[in-house]
Amino acid sequence: MNTTTSPAAAAGAPVDAALPKVRVDYLPLLLVPVMALVMLPLVGSFPTWVTLTFAGLAMGMMIFIMASGLTLIFGLMDVLNFGHGAFVSVGAFTATFVLLPMKGWMEADSALMNLAVVGLAILLAMLVTGLLGWAFERIIIRPVYGLHLKQILITMGGMIVAEQLIHVIWGAEQIPLPLPETFRGAFILGDAAVEKYRLIAVAVGLTVFLTMFLVLNRTKVGLLIRAGVENGEMVEALGYRIRRLFVGVFMAGSALAGLGGVMWGLYKETLTAAIGGETTVLVFIVIIIGGLGSVGGCFIGALLVALTANYAGFLAPKVALVSDILLMVAVLLWRPRGLYPVAKR
Amino acid sequence: MSEILLKLEGVHTHIGQYHILQGVDLEVPKGGLTVLLGRNGAGKTTTLRTIMGMWHASRGKVSFAGDDITAAATPDISCAGIAYVPESMGIFSDLTVRENLYLAARAGEMDTARLEWIFGFFPALKKFWNFPAGNLSGGQKQMVAIARAIVEPRRLLLIDEPTKGLAPAIIQGMITAFRELKETETILLVEQNFNFVCSLGDTVAVMDGGRIVHAGMMADLAADQELQQKLLGLSLHVHQ
Ligand SMILES: Nc1ncnc2c1ncn2[C@@H]1O[C@H](COP(=O)(O)OP(=O)(O)O)[C@@H](O)[C@H]1O
Ligand SMILES: [Mg+2]
Repeated sequence: MNTTTSPAAAAGAPVDAALPKVRVDYLPLLLVPVMALVMLPLVGSFPTWVTLTFAGLAMGMMIFIMASGLTLIFGLMDVLNFGHGAFVSVGAFTATFVLLPMKGWMEADSALMNLAVVGLAILLAMLVTGLLGWAFERIIIRPVYGLHLKQILITMGGMIVAEQLIHVIWGAEQIPLPLPETFRGAFILGDAAVEKYRLIAVAVGLTVFLTMFLVLNRTKVGLLIRAGVENGEMVEALGYRIRRLFVGVFMAGSALAGLGGVMWGLYKETLTAAIGGETTVLVFIVIIIGGLGSVGGCFIGALLVALTANYAGFLAPKVALVSDILLMVAVLLWRPRGLYPVAKR
Repeated sequence: MSEILLKLEGVHTHIGQYHILQGVDLEVPKGGLTVLLGRNGAGKTTTLRTIMGMWHASRGKVSFAGDDITAAATPDISCAGIAYVPESMGIFSDLTVRENLYLAARAGEMDTARLEWIFGFFPALKKFWNFPAGNLSGGQKQMVAIARAIVEPRRLLLIDEPTKGLAPAIIQGMITAFRELKETETILLVEQNFNFVCSLGDTVAVMDGGRIVHAGMMADLAADQELQQKLLGLSLHVHQ
């Protein structure tokens, strides 16, 4: 790393001789394929392994969609939002406003009609959760900037209020949420069955990931977010309002949680108000594994968590409940600040 | 005497319960380079942070180009035309050199002619243009930090101990750059080492214990061994 630094010397030095090595940390990228390959002999049957792996990837993508906003929310403003799950539930329940009345379109044997109704439901869910995020940030988060204990208490409180409101608006009964007709069933690849909806979930998850990647790397707003995660004070010193950036990230993160909620609800095909609390635990494990503030780490973490849950559920159902905690412990023993620790000032 | 660009009057700053700045009076004339000297812990960084609105003065007044900026928010102070190079450099290590500079260019696109002017000072930046800034050496990071401050014309540059931790050869390059920069820019430069700046500064202020204990022309201080001994004696780093 000791490259020429005095301007005079640098000017004369051969260009490539002095180039610093770009250190890209590839190791975490290997974790997902390595885990999948190691599990193949343990699972024994190839078709079962394909099914489990796909189930894990699909679940991982949905968790990633829910978690990606939360990791940036923490990274940017050091805000611990334990109420993030509220957006997951509100998103899922809001979708029922479209999905239930438009039952006919859901049951129609037309991919186009199915897509239209699900798309509309998702749009509405994201709109509502995005706006709710805006209000949540104003009313609940803003008074407790920098105060972690209060953040935990008040955002958990917000979560409880949201759950109760859901009971009030939608009732305490669980709501059946059957998949639309053409999303059902599985593709058969040889002996292995891959459920269609899981493929859809993977496709949506990858789309969200790629979009986030492009925004964070190719746009000024994205660069500002990444810069702000590392050193928000310096972003302000360059003339940008970090709070405005944060509100935007908070709204986008909430809307993504809403999207994740709709997808999760359809995956389970039933809705209960507990959906938020249920996913919150997974989401927090994921962002801790990934490294708080890192979207890439969050993506890998989500896949690892979901794959672990699926493999463990098959191989050792008794361990399945704690498997993700064990995974987190293992990752933190290896890298105490997560897979991709974010450099902080 | 030229016009005063930045003025601090009786500025007190508290950090939590600590009373750090205890009535700072400081004037930075427009054009040229003002050096803020003082030993470790004197309050130099706190002074710059107070100017930038990163700490807020509990008493006193900070004015910039005639406007009261005492209570202004950091982004507004930045947009008023003050650029800041913090002691820790504040590099975005995940971002490339280009991206670091790009974010500092509020107008949107960077001016190519101006970039060439900057590369004239710091050729290394051109070479490492698309490298993550976190991979650069300490001296190169400092160049990024300074380049970021001048990527667009600003009215005042606050630069906090740019020579800290750098090798002597690099420091010389840095000082050469400042000598050229001060022809066009107004600079308030914090430094602990008198020897580096005695021929560079136009005006000088010396800080101790959260106050300015001396202010005047650099040439006068440079000529007065006795005064130097009195003000800086204990803290003067002698680099041969
Ligand atoms: N964040 C902080 N919290 C508490 N005390 C601080 C903080 N920052 C600086 N100080 C104290 O303020 C005094 C002045 O610090 P500083 O302005 O950094 O000095 P200088 O830059 O001249 O070395 C020191 O005694 C330092 O310990
Ligand atoms: Mg300092």
